[in-house]
Amino acid sequence: MSNPAEQNTEWPLWEVFFQPSNGKPFEHAGSVHAPDSEMALQNARDTYARRNEGIAIWVVPSDQITASSPEDRGPFFDPANDKAYRHPQFYSVPRAVKKRK
Amino acid sequence: MSTFDTIPQTKKEIFTEILLRLADDRLILGHRLSEWAGHGPELEEDLALANIALDMIGHSSALYEYAAKLDNKPDEDHYAYFRDDIDFKNIALVELPKGDFAFTIARQFLFSSFSYFLYKDLTDTIDDEEFNGMLQKHFKEIKYHLRHSREWVLRLGDGTEESRRRIQHAFDELWMYTGEMFEMDKTFELATENRFYTDVLKWQIDWKEFINTTLEEATLIVPDYDQYMFTGARAGRHTEYLGFLLSQMQFLRRSYPDAEWK
Repeated sequence: MSNPAEQNTEWPLWEVFFQPSNGKPFEHAGSVHAPDSEMALQNARDTYARRNEGIAIWVVPSDQITASSPEDRGPFFDPANDKAYRHPQFYSVPRAVKKRK
Repeated sequence: MSTFDTIPQTKKEIFTEILLRLADDRLILGHRLSEWAGHGPELEEDLALANIALDMIGHSSALYEYAAKLDNKPDEDHYAYFRDDIDFKNIALVELPKGDFAFTIARQFLFSSFSYFLYKDLTDTIDDEEFNGMLQKHFKEIKYHLRHSREWVLRLGDGTEESRRRIQHAFDELWMYTGEMFEMDKTFELATENRFYTDVLKWQIDWKEFINTTLEEATLIVPDYDQYMFTGARAGRHTEYLGFLLSQMQFLRRSYPDAEWK
């Protein structure tokens, strides 16, 4: 049982993502409060799309996002440091391919 | 044109009168909305109302600018800041005090839905390219204003007991001011003949249908369309509220007529 005095009277939080142009991935813009998804879209438009920032908006309830914790940073990201072959720059481009440019 | 029942004579006068009527409606409602800045119920809603206010003041500014060109006046400020209340041609609906949030939303919904049908028709009717281009540009923003206010009508109507009571009260209070939107006086008739305006009675039934559907979806009672309707504001017979609004809006510009943005 939750104590009514401690109940959150604020609207739920939504994360806002914008697609800058066709074919581009959606980028995180920020967050808004809103009572439901339709209003979240409108608020996102009013808060973040006032200067022609994009062509499409996603809103996602913030509590639906699962995030990694700071302690995960080591196991998640450090192993990539010594694996240079995972970057495209590791490979040299054959001369025949270069010529075609 | 001056005040009261003066009827514009030349084509240029008729056209100017139409531009001013449209502009005055938008400037005054834009100003009323701007009064919410810093007082919105939520930060996000504060921004939304301020955005709509800016859009509407922008629409009026473009219309005034065009009128000034036709009418040989120095600029749009002449109309916004140097006319008295009897010279303003807006309908009374837009000058009523902002009231509570429900009142602001109900008024915006009534006005934006009317604007939606009006601009849709005008963009098909108006021959003047500059005027038509302006209307097309503004129409996109009107669609958003309508969407914003309609979503709120649904939520307030079908929300809590208090929100429902407040928005129903707002519609009941506002209803007698909706008649002026559909008044076709001599000036509007002349303008329609000259393709500067359109016969709004053509689609009044569609507008009512849209209003009825939304209010019913919001579980609200549609007030009586045949009740007494306020009239006369377009001809300069305003409510007492317009003078107070203008004194606040105009005092700086009138006190310092030569002031410039630096």
